[in-house]
Amino acid sequence: MILFAPFGALGRTTLSLLASIGQVALFALSALRHLVTPPIYLREIAQQFLTIGWLSLPVVGLTALFTGGALALQIYAGGARFNAEAVVPQIVAIGITRELGPVLGGLMVAGRVASAIAAEIATMKVTEQIDALRTLSTDPMKYLTVPRLIAATLSLPILVAVGDSIGIFGGYLVSTTRLGFNEAAYLSNTTGFLETWDVTSGLLKGAAFGFIVALMGCFHGMNSGRGARGVGRATTQAVVSASILILAANYLLTEAFFSA
Amino acid sequence: MTAKIALKDLTKSFGSKHVLRGITLDVGKSESLVVIGGSGTGKSVLLKCILGLIKPDGGSIQIDGQPASIKSLESFGMLFQGAALFDSMPVWQNVAFRLLRGPSKLPRKEAREIAIAKLQRVGLPPETADLYPSELSGGMQKRAGLARAIAAEPQIIFFDEPTTGLDPIMSGVINDLISEIVSEMGATTITITHDMSSVRAIATHVAMLHRGHIHWHGPVGDLDTAQDPHLRQFISGAAQGPIETLR
Ligand SMILES: Nc1ncnc2c1ncn2[C@@H]1O[C@H](COP(=O)(O)OP(=O)(O)O)[C@@H](O)[C@H]1O
Ligand SMILES: [Mg+2]
Repeated sequence: MILFAPFGALGRTTLSLLASIGQVALFALSALRHLVTPPIYLREIAQQFLTIGWLSLPVVGLTALFTGGALALQIYAGGARFNAEAVVPQIVAIGITRELGPVLGGLMVAGRVASAIAAEIATMKVTEQIDALRTLSTDPMKYLTVPRLIAATLSLPILVAVGDSIGIFGGYLVSTTRLGFNEAAYLSNTTGFLETWDVTSGLLKGAAFGFIVALMGCFHGMNSGRGARGVGRATTQAVVSASILILAANYLLTEAFFSA
Repeated sequence: MTAKIALKDLTKSFGSKHVLRGITLDVGKSESLVVIGGSGTGKSVLLKCILGLIKPDGGSIQIDGQPASIKSLESFGMLFQGAALFDSMPVWQNVAFRLLRGPSKLPRKEAREIAIAKLQRVGLPPETADLYPSELSGGMQKRAGLARAIAAEPQIIFFDEPTTGLDPIMSGVINDLISEIVSEMGATTITITHDMSSVRAIATHVAMLHRGHIHWHGPVGDLDTAQDPHLRQFISGAAQGPIETLR
């Protein structure tokens, strides 16, 4: 009997994984249905733009700055092996806009925002504030989930755009001060090389990651267990699942853009 | 005359735990029913079923002779056990929550004035309006929760353990407030408590919940002459009696 225990455990894990995928999908569908039916809480949406978008700017900006700088050094080191040091501006630009800008921005926002959303909503659930909303004829899905989804989905592309610029600037700074690149040539190499699609594909990724972050925060918050333990677990699960889903979605989107 | 709230054979289980096993109960218009019962007997679950926050497994709930629906929430007010104030907004916005949104939305200035009037009605000075719930003491939070429950002048109000966690004097104040406001408004109320002083202050009728059933139900005047041993034990607070206690 004991021989079969691992198979049983595997089966149970698979089943519970499938069940949670189903739950998340249903939650997402219900959120989208609430998104398109009134009432729309404009004040809440504005508030969420502030907390999700505006207040994430420093985190995303600093992440991009350091990453752009490090990327320039690495590409220079790699490029030097076949006398191609000159490609630094181009590779920094493409690496930041297509990949690192959206992915690192998404992951940083997942850490900052998915956890905050999950903790806030889970605490509201534990202290009966969600029940109180319902008794005041307010649907928590419309009042809490929809504004966060809208704000995160729309503000992440903006954050990514800002992050892209700062990331490229980080590369520029390191290249011109440490690696002896000419300022004007670096800039014209960057702008001349980048195509619109390099940037917009990254922004599209950003929108998808924003949706994932808010969805995971709200889902784990709304489904949190009871008590302080429930809040802690919801917060952890929100960050972990948002990060993994961002990386998975990044691969799938890159594959889709690559083939298109 | 149809009852304001009519429950019939209401059942609810969580997994294998049968919390409500067939609750049948009528509450007449302007009645003040107090539900008593030990901790964990399902009093809050009963209220949440009526409010539509928990879906019962079986039975029916009628409000004014109509099956309860999402519409019925408009005529309900609820004071939660922990007040459940929204801690992301100042006290006045909590009180005016319903007035700031939805079909009967008022201009902000007007909603704020009503909120301040309601706060004054429950004994909170206007300065509390701009504080956040976390800046209030437990008793003040209960008062603010009470102000929120009555802000939209509901016909039916529920109170979940309004005095639990308060000192005896503050409990007395809240009890008096509730009974005054309720008779002023002519509202129908259901109050949950295990505090006998609340029962005496608020109730016109009393129901005792025990093992998922309504064990005793009658006017408050019959409480002291009732012979039911379970009820007697609950009122006297004796450890010995038909109600099993864990020690
Ligand atoms: N959402 C829930 N999930 C599982 N069990 C619950 C839930 N709500 C209440 N219960 C259980 O139902 C029982 C009655 O709870 P409750 O109505 O809160 O008691 P009380 O009479 O003290 O208000 C308790 O044993 C509680 O653990
Ligand atoms: Mg309770």
